[in-house]
Amino acid sequence: MKILILGAGRVGGILAHRLASEAFDITLVDRDAARLRELREQLDIQTVTGWASHPDVLARAGAEDADMLVAVTGSDEVNMVACQVCYSTFRTHAKIARVRSAAYLQSESFFHRDHLPVDVLINPEQVVTDQICQLLENPGALQVLDFAEGRVKLVAVRAASDSALVGKQVRRVREQLPRVKARLAAIFRRDRPILPKGDTRIEANDELFFIAAAGQIGAVLAELRDVERPFRRVIIAGGGEIGARLARAIEPRFSVKLVEQNPERAAQLAESLQRTLVLNADATNRELLLNENIQQCDAFCALTDDDETNIISCLMAKRLGAHQVMALIGNPAYAPLVQGIEIDIAISPEQATTSSLLTHIRRGDVVRVHSLRRGDAEALEAVAHGDRKSSKVVGRPVKSIKLPPDTTIGAIVRGDQVLLSLSDVVVKSEDHLILFLANRRHVAAVERLFQVGLSFF
Amino acid sequence: MHLPVILHVTGILLTLFSIALLAPAFVAAIYGEPTIPTFALAFALSSLTGLALWILGRGQRELRTGDGFLITTLFYLGLGLFGALPFHLAPSTDLSFTDAVFESLSGLTTTGATVLTGLEQLPKSILFYRQLLQWCGGMGIIVLAVAILPMLGIGGMQLYRTESPGPVKDSKLTPRITQTAKALWYLYLGLTIACALGYWLAGMHPFDAICHSFSTVAIGGFSTYDASIGHFQSPAIEGVAILFMAVSGINFGLHFLAWRQRNPLHYFRDMEVRLYLAVLAGLALAVCAILVAHPSASASPVRDGLFQAVSIATTTGFTTQDFSLWPSAAPILLLFAACAGGCAGSTAGGIKMIRVLLIFRQGLREVRRLIHPNGMFPLKLGKRKVPDRVVDAVWGFLSAYALIFLALICLLMALADLDFATAFSAVAACLNNLGPGLGELASNYQALPDSVTWLLMLAMLLGRLEIFTLVVLFTPAFWRR
Repeated sequence: MKILILGAGRVGGILAHRLASEAFDITLVDRDAARLRELREQLDIQTVTGWASHPDVLARAGAEDADMLVAVTGSDEVNMVACQVCYSTFRTHAKIARVRSAAYLQSESFFHRDHLPVDVLINPEQVVTDQICQLLENPGALQVLDFAEGRVKLVAVRAASDSALVGKQVRRVREQLPRVKARLAAIFRRDRPILPKGDTRIEANDELFFIAAAGQIGAVLAELRDVERPFRRVIIAGGGEIGARLARAIEPRFSVKLVEQNPERAAQLAESLQRTLVLNADATNRELLLNENIQQCDAFCALTDDDETNIISCLMAKRLGAHQVMALIGNPAYAPLVQGIEIDIAISPEQATTSSLLTHIRRGDVVRVHSLRRGDAEALEAVAHGDRKSSKVVGRPVKSIKLPPDTTIGAIVRGDQVLLSLSDVVVKSEDHLILFLANRRHVAAVERLFQVGLSFF
Repeated sequence: MHLPVILHVTGILLTLFSIALLAPAFVAAIYGEPTIPTFALAFALSSLTGLALWILGRGQRELRTGDGFLITTLFYLGLGLFGALPFHLAPSTDLSFTDAVFESLSGLTTTGATVLTGLEQLPKSILFYRQLLQWCGGMGIIVLAVAILPMLGIGGMQLYRTESPGPVKDSKLTPRITQTAKALWYLYLGLTIACALGYWLAGMHPFDAICHSFSTVAIGGFSTYDASIGHFQSPAIEGVAILFMAVSGINFGLHFLAWRQRNPLHYFRDMEVRLYLAVLAGLALAVCAILVAHPSASASPVRDGLFQAVSIATTTGFTTQDFSLWPSAAPILLLFAACAGGCAGSTAGGIKMIRVLLIFRQGLREVRRLIHPNGMFPLKLGKRKVPDRVVDAVWGFLSAYALIFLALICLLMALADLDFATAFSAVAACLNNLGPGLGELASNYQALPDSVTWLLMLAMLLGRLEIFTLVVLFTPAFWRR
């Protein structure tokens, strides 16, 4: 499968990394020749230097026979025009574009085939913002991911050393959580995945991945940790795109303070936000944090563009008494160093971006993909089609489906019903299966499992 | 500064105004009154002067924006003087020159303070003329406030511009100023007709209905009876008056927008209107409460309290009762409310609600700054930031207003030997274009010496021209420009 990626910025680069390692043919287009050279040296990809929306540049990049176009340049307009050019000139089948500006997203019909032919819109900043919102609304969770339009959620929690679960066998977890419909899908211990068997013992600092129906998440979290009261006071460090979006999204429900260093940006934010208190200061300023009552703060979110600033300000906030701190950490090398030690949650912008794109690249009828643990693991939602003859899953009880290693089926969503105790359930056509892959290498095998014929969309 | 061209424009305006002198002549003809020669003479004098100026200043270069200060002021001065002619000339009124000009300027600035008594005995044509003066003044004010003052950088509408988003409400309502003026004319006319019909249906004689609709929509306060609206003793008429006073106190730009888009929600989205309505409601409640607590003051406290609150707070100045005799908290509260006034871009006087709102927000902002020294607190109206320049202008206005207010009170007390309450009420009534004062000025201003009368005329003019239009003319820099 040949994929054309326009824009070799952060998102484009990560995507190229990720997809090139999965045996896709990648062509990367950007204006910055030096950046392209750097990526070409690391990866087995083709690169083209030029203006990404120009037809001649696209022709040189081989748009003629590309199966998919992913336009992720810094400019919404270039992305949209590139999709239009590919549609009109090259008849490219699948077109994905990053469109950030909310003004373009107002009208439903705007991105229709007859108007501006973009098949899928992605907005990485919004995805990250949504994830942080989920974390703020579910105190105690490390990660909350939606499946089946939010009917099922995957929630990650850390087993605190004083938790009642520590030392228990997995089969006892059910007894520990009598009132909760949830299923322990996977455990990560010292960054290595373990598929829980009945006799697996939970250890302190294990990361536990539970699958539960949406309404049950609060109960799961309540049972697992000391009951967390809902968050109210949030401090956001950094008024960039994500910080501003987050403030706008949560200001009706939380008391929000936003710290931004640049005076002009701070003034602009103060004008556009309605209830958020905007502070013009450095987020690593100790006096400021004390003045603004950091010890009363429920959640401190460091969301600047700079990993180091985020880490330092989080460390300081935690030391000064913030209840929970989370940092946006772009560099994959940093996150394992700090997460779980001083910083409660490391949020990876890459993970969010690639998740939303992978959903559209996966074969078989995969409707949702979430990249977990910085890309090591993947949770995906696939739809079973066909009948007993044409499909490898339909018509079979779950326990007899031949899954690749390190893979479990966490839940089945049948209409509005969420099924969690599965072993004897017989899969029907149109069921949504939530699968948990502890190892990403087996993605292709899972895709094959759900293929009836070969199809992309 | 091109004096000829300014005289030219003033001449045009005066000639146009002279047409308004013909209307009362028709009224005189209908009622068979002997005032026809008076109005004919006044018409001849003003139209000839106007035409002379018109022709004299012809062929000059075009106007500059700064000339607007002088033209606006000359407009009110010239009209005040020529508008005084019928009062001075008519044998039935027998007013001195000073009093005649006071009456005319009081009408044109929609103040509604009067030196006349025994209105019932006056010819209908003179009564009609007084009301007409207010109506023309009100129209002038709307065009002035919505279209002209913003060009000069003065006044509430300049603030207003920053508020409501939307394509229509940028600096002007329509792309051309003449179209804007025309649209506002229709609106004003429509409102007047509706008001007149309302009065008529509520039981007024058609003549009174028309006359009172003029002074209601203009937020003027002249009446054809000494007892003002109290003459009718009718709850229905008072209800109509309350409704139209309140409506006329709202920005006409907003009326235009709501009418153009057929969407009354615009009113409730507007911060100024929300404050305005809240103040009216709160004041009415407070005054009613005072009256209920003092049963001797009024026989029907709720009805009187509500009417007086709306009439005074909008700076109309109609009365149903002599509110100056009420327990002193009520009249003082009412006068303070009149200082706040109505909305910018309406016919109401006073400081204007939008300035009050901004000053209040500014105070809050200072408090929040003390709590969060690093905080950014833009001053916002609705969802939009108010530029600091505008906030400065509001402060400037308020300080000028307060200084002039105090200076006038002192001058008044020195010149006329008035007590503080009366002097305060007289200045509040004139500077806010309200009308009735307290004490001996509760119903008319006859008793004052000429010097004080001129001083109060200055106050009316200052209030109407949003202070700075007039103050600018007293600076040497303006003339040297």
